[in-house]
Amino acid sequence: MNAPAYNFAYLDEQTKRMIRRAILKAIAIPGYQVPFASREMPMPYGWGTGGVQVTAAILGPQDVLKVIDQGSDDTTNAISIRKFFAKTAGVATTTATDEATVIQTRHRIPETALNANQVLVYQVPIPEPLRFLEPRETETRRMHALAEYGLMHVKLYEDIARFGHIATAYAYPVKVNARYVMDPSPTPKFDNPKMDNCPALQLFGAGREKRIYAIPPYTQVVSLDFEDHPFEPYRFNAPCALCAAENSYLDEIVTDDKGGRMFVCSDTDYCESRQAAGHHGSLSAAPYKDKAQEAANG
Amino acid sequence: MADQNLIENDEPLLVAKSLSKSFGRINACRDVSFSLHPGEVLAIVGESGSGKSTLLQLLSGQLAPSAGHVSYRMRDGVARDLASLGEAERRFLFRTDWGFVHQDPAQGLRMAVSAGANVGERLMAVGWNHYGRIRDTASDWLTRVEIDTARIDDAPRTYSGGMRQRLQIARNLVTEPRLVFMDEPTGGLDVSVQARLLDLLRSLVAELNLAVVIVTHDLAVARLLSHRVMVMKGGRVIETGLTDQVLDDPREPYTQLLVSSILPP
Repeated sequence: MNAPAYNFAYLDEQTKRMIRRAILKAIAIPGYQVPFASREMPMPYGWGTGGVQVTAAILGPQDVLKVIDQGSDDTTNAISIRKFFAKTAGVATTTATDEATVIQTRHRIPETALNANQVLVYQVPIPEPLRFLEPRETETRRMHALAEYGLMHVKLYEDIARFGHIATAYAYPVKVNARYVMDPSPTPKFDNPKMDNCPALQLFGAGREKRIYAIPPYTQVVSLDFEDHPFEPYRFNAPCALCAAENSYLDEIVTDDKGGRMFVCSDTDYCESRQAAGHHGSLSAAPYKDKAQEAANG
Repeated sequence: MADQNLIENDEPLLVAKSLSKSFGRINACRDVSFSLHPGEVLAIVGESGSGKSTLLQLLSGQLAPSAGHVSYRMRDGVARDLASLGEAERRFLFRTDWGFVHQDPAQGLRMAVSAGANVGERLMAVGWNHYGRIRDTASDWLTRVEIDTARIDDAPRTYSGGMRQRLQIARNLVTEPRLVFMDEPTGGLDVSVQARLLDLLRSLVAELNLAVVIVTHDLAVARLLSHRVMVMKGGRVIETGLTDQVLDDPREPYTQLLVSSILPP
């Protein structure tokens, strides 16, 4: 009696149909921003209202949901969205990338390669890659329609002129299917190559800006660059301090006020599963745990 | 004044036929016809509200005429009606074969990005994809418009009015257009800066064999730059002819008034 009678996955069926239509159109035109009637969600803008609506529209009772925030499964945003769908849809949730069928993400793509049975849903704050160069929406739409993307290179030119290299480190513009230039949401450019020819469907939802766009499976995604300044994914030059991974994207964690720092995988699931498989980095607690275990066993 | 190319190219570059534009009851432009040949500089003079700027917008395809049409001879030599061009073609024309110099440089420049990127934008828009070459071309053009190349990475916000206007010219000329529209390019500049700018414009026009349609209310600008002059009043062209002919021996009373209103030096 007291339990609120939510429709499956919170949104009503008409709304989900509307969002699904937008998603279908987005898949049909890779990289094109489809307007949709974004709803008020029970969370503030900027917390993933776009991603949540896309997830709600595609979620089925059999799906297994994983939610990550900056690669992590255990931050406030990730936990609350996971709980939200556990409550309103009753779906199974997981933190393991390979068990999930729907992964909602903020600012990262999981290190574990995705497969064709998975859908990656991005939360997007500003879908328009040209926004900070051309403030007029009417003009940017026209530029997309006519594929006038010289302006995007102006931004990269500015980077090189100012810093000597392309300093854009996240939200690095990509060209999808050799047609539309797209903002991959604020993922680090380290993740850009993962978008290219990815077996999983990638959906992007921007709630405040009321746009949905998509990269269908196995679609070409090219990061923009110059011939003499080619695209390079950036990574801190260090192994993960916990799992010793050499090829994962790292977060820098400041450990004291004397310049101490450690680099750890931003993808917590990847890092934990590597540690469970016996990989230990320089600052891993595993050896101490083992010793403590031995001492306790006597 | 008439140079060699004028005689060689007897096909006109731009032809306007009985152009009219009305905004409701106001007829901003009435029955204007002329043709412009490659390398020719045409000045449109007249007081404020005489329809000069409207005419410029009609010629450059930014406004659709109420009657009449404009045709432009493309690089392949075929004359095409501007109204029949698709938007993509028109915008491409605007980025490559045409230039538009605004009175206010802030309208024609991106004030927040560096001078080099401002000049390079058109090149990148037509597919240049080599940073080094874009930068070399940009600094070459900055030299040609007498801007110190040490300031290539500064935003035009930090430039003086005269430098901004010269930068705008460089930005327009980098794709080597054949036709440039100018709307009061010297407006708002002090006299010595104006003189330098006009001098620069005159040499660039001759060097690149540019056709120019320049709108101005300053007869001195018309005298210095143009081969021909069109005098407009109330949306109509009331007098047209060679520059020295019109300015030294005006026929219409209004033109006589205009010419006599200049203070003798």
